[in-house]
Amino acid sequence: GQFLGGLGFVMVEKGTSLLKMMEISVAEAEKRTGKNAVNMQETYTVYLIETRPVDAASEGTNPVPDSLWRRYSEFELLRNYLLVTYPFSVVPPLPEKRAEFVWHKLSADNMDPDFVERRRVGLENFLLRVASHPDLSSDKIFYSFLTEENGWKETVFETGFQAKADSRLKALNATFRVKNPDKRFAEMKHYGDELQSVISQLLRVRARAADRLYGVYKVHGNYGRVFSEWSAIEKEMGDGLQSAGHHMDAYAASVDDILEEEEHYADQLKEYLFYADALRAVCRKHELTQYELEMAAQDLTSKKQQREELATGTIRTFSLKGMTSKLFGQETPEQREAKLKMLETQIEEGEELVKERNAECEEFVKSAWVDIERFKEQKDHDLREALISYAIMQISMCKKGIQVWNNAKECFSKM
Amino acid sequence: MSAMSAGAPRSLASSGQKSIQDILHPLSAEESALNPGSAAEKDLILPNGTPVDTSSPASSSSLLNRLQLDDDLDGETRDLFVTVDDPKKHVSTMETYITYRVCTKTTRTEFDLPEYSVRRRYQDFDWLRNKLEESQPTHLIPPLPEKFVMKGVVDRFSEEFVETRRKALDKFLKRVADHPVLSFNEHFNAFLSAKDLNKRQGLALLTKMGESVKYVTGGYKLRARPVEFAAMGDYLDLFTQKLGTIDRIAQRIIKEQSEFLMELREYGPVYSSWSSFEEDLHDPLEGVSGCVSNCSSALEELTEDMSEDFLPVLREYVLYIESMKNVLKKRDQVQAEYETKLEAVVFREDKKTPVPTDVEKCQDRVECFNADLKADWDRWENNKRQDFRQLLTGMADKNIQYYEKCLAAWESLIPVLQDKQEAEGETS
Repeated sequence: GQFLGGLGFVMVEKGTSLLKMMEISVAEAEKRTGKNAVNMQETYTVYLIETRPVDAASEGTNPVPDSLWRRYSEFELLRNYLLVTYPFSVVPPLPEKRAEFVWHKLSADNMDPDFVERRRVGLENFLLRVASHPDLSSDKIFYSFLTEENGWKETVFETGFQAKADSRLKALNATFRVKNPDKRFAEMKHYGDELQSVISQLLRVRARAADRLYGVYKVHGNYGRVFSEWSAIEKEMGDGLQSAGHHMDAYAASVDDILEEEEHYADQLKEYLFYADALRAVCRKHELTQYELEMAAQDLTSKKQQREELATGTIRTFSLKGMTSKLFGQETPEQREAKLKMLETQIEEGEELVKERNAECEEFVKSAWVDIERFKEQKDHDLREALISYAIMQISMCKKGIQVWNNAKECFSKM
Repeated sequence: MSAMSAGAPRSLASSGQKSIQDILHPLSAEESALNPGSAAEKDLILPNGTPVDTSSPASSSSLLNRLQLDDDLDGETRDLFVTVDDPKKHVSTMETYITYRVCTKTTRTEFDLPEYSVRRRYQDFDWLRNKLEESQPTHLIPPLPEKFVMKGVVDRFSEEFVETRRKALDKFLKRVADHPVLSFNEHFNAFLSAKDLNKRQGLALLTKMGESVKYVTGGYKLRARPVEFAAMGDYLDLFTQKLGTIDRIAQRIIKEQSEFLMELREYGPVYSSWSSFEEDLHDPLEGVSGCVSNCSSALEELTEDMSEDFLPVLREYVLYIESMKNVLKKRDQVQAEYETKLEAVVFREDKKTPVPTDVEKCQDRVECFNADLKADWDRWENNKRQDFRQLLTGMADKNIQYYEKCLAAWESLIPVLQDKQEAEGETS
């Protein structure tokens, strides 16, 4: 892995297609104002994507990188395109649209500079994740997103992915039940549910705890003031008290940095909260594929049965048509012949469809499972790293605390 | 304030310009009783630097006051040692209470035996303090730990509470024992030596005291408090304010810490439930959960300690200062009485006004009181400095210990978190 961009903890496979060739970063963020789709004035943020061929950097010539500005909605468009085009991939998530799990000092405002900064880092992380994905990194739309400022949107729409997206979306949102669910995928989906639930809970409690911790540290600042006032009415005790007060002020001030670092940990957890969603999406798409296969197979079976009944004259399954023909008299041999022929064609087509869908399903399962395994390894690695850096953060906080209180103790002992 | 402090010990009195015969013997009583605020007083200094108390023998143990050395010196010069230890619970049909063992070792002749060991309960200490306040109104009596404890918040029989109380009672007795005047008090003697402390004994002893110290408190108007005592009063007012503020801050911190603790107690277990459906990450997540749990326990200890050790001491001081202000008021009263009577004598027009000897007695009282109070004030300042140094370093220590416990927990977690990686490194 390597340190890339602003987010030091992204473990990215060296030597995968795109990153082998170019360096990618989201270097800056800027506010813009302009007219939106309904011709109203709006303020929005744009992010500067910089790319540079890897060779140039290693040669040491360091040319000016290519760059273009994109706004969050364009990132969303890119991601939606990837979701539809690579349904078997666990597509990396975008940083959150709106600030959630905030504790009181953090702003929930999208225009807040801290939020924008964290979003910038998150967007860079997203690009690096896609660029290191074995399937997604070689996508042409992705490449042009990074390199072609104008006309990119049109190019995406030209792929016609929207239509596919709409129909898929409709199908996915509908409730359907698969008769023989694939155990592995069912388990994966369940895992995704549990992961999402537990990380949400973790983030919520952590935010509340951060709030409380802030309070603890800040109140100690009051000691600084009262020790100062008290030292004014003392003789020998005065100096010790005064200096101790300064240390209490320092202690109170130290919490801001501590919690800023912790926010970074929260962002790492958030990425996997959203990744859980991406994982569940793959499982659902598999379910849909399987469902469509089952529907096609079911349809074929019923058509075959109809043919048999027509051929042998027996009615095995109840059908209103059959009943009416019984009630109103048998059809003519010519009518029967025509029907049989139609059924034969339908059965042929049906068998083709089943073959197709079966192949689709198998293909999907194969590709999806490869990516799921890849994702699993990535997740285990990344989360372990996140926990390690969290522990290191806590250690640093404890050491700072010990130092401040030792300093204060020294002052007190000189009182 | 500078006028009141004992300051650095003054250099030995040398014969200097005066001939040896002209230098007054330290133990001789100065014949300046009739002159208020005798300037000669200030010139008399004992070899160890303490000023001579030239008040008349009628004041409490002034003789011994001159002989008593500074209590900052080593215990070699002490002749009375007192300790409080061995708390025990007593259960009777009526009540449950704790007694403490009070051990005394002494060479003083005021005591029949050289050693004593008696058992006393808090009530007895409280009785002693009240008696001391009554019988030695010109002195500052050291504070006792608070009598009442909040129901449901503090367990009166918990080890920590009993130990905190024991330490405070021990400090109280030691301070009385080190006091040049209070340590010779009959009630103190009874407290240390009587097998069965009969509180009615106190009354009998009191009537034996004779000329002692029923100061009139009432009705006389003081013109102006002398500067040094006014400064004491002002200081006490400001100091009380600061202590109140510190108390509020400490309480607020404890509250915030308790709420933080509540969140931690919910936070840790989430990692545990997460670990239950992970394979590779099971141990790291479980480890984090355990770590958070350890930090929670450490925090709980910190808040408990602050509640039990820190806050009570602050509150004792506030009560203590109240009693000190009362002593100042009494002093004012004594001075007011004297000034009123003196005025009456000076502008005497008829025979009804007080006889000069009555005025003399008043002057005596004023001077005794002032001297006792000044000496005690210096002692109090030293003790206060010690007490707060101890209290605040204690607070710093508790916080250091808390962070050290957390540090140890997180440091021990790192190898658990890195474990798999090392294994992977070896196999790859």
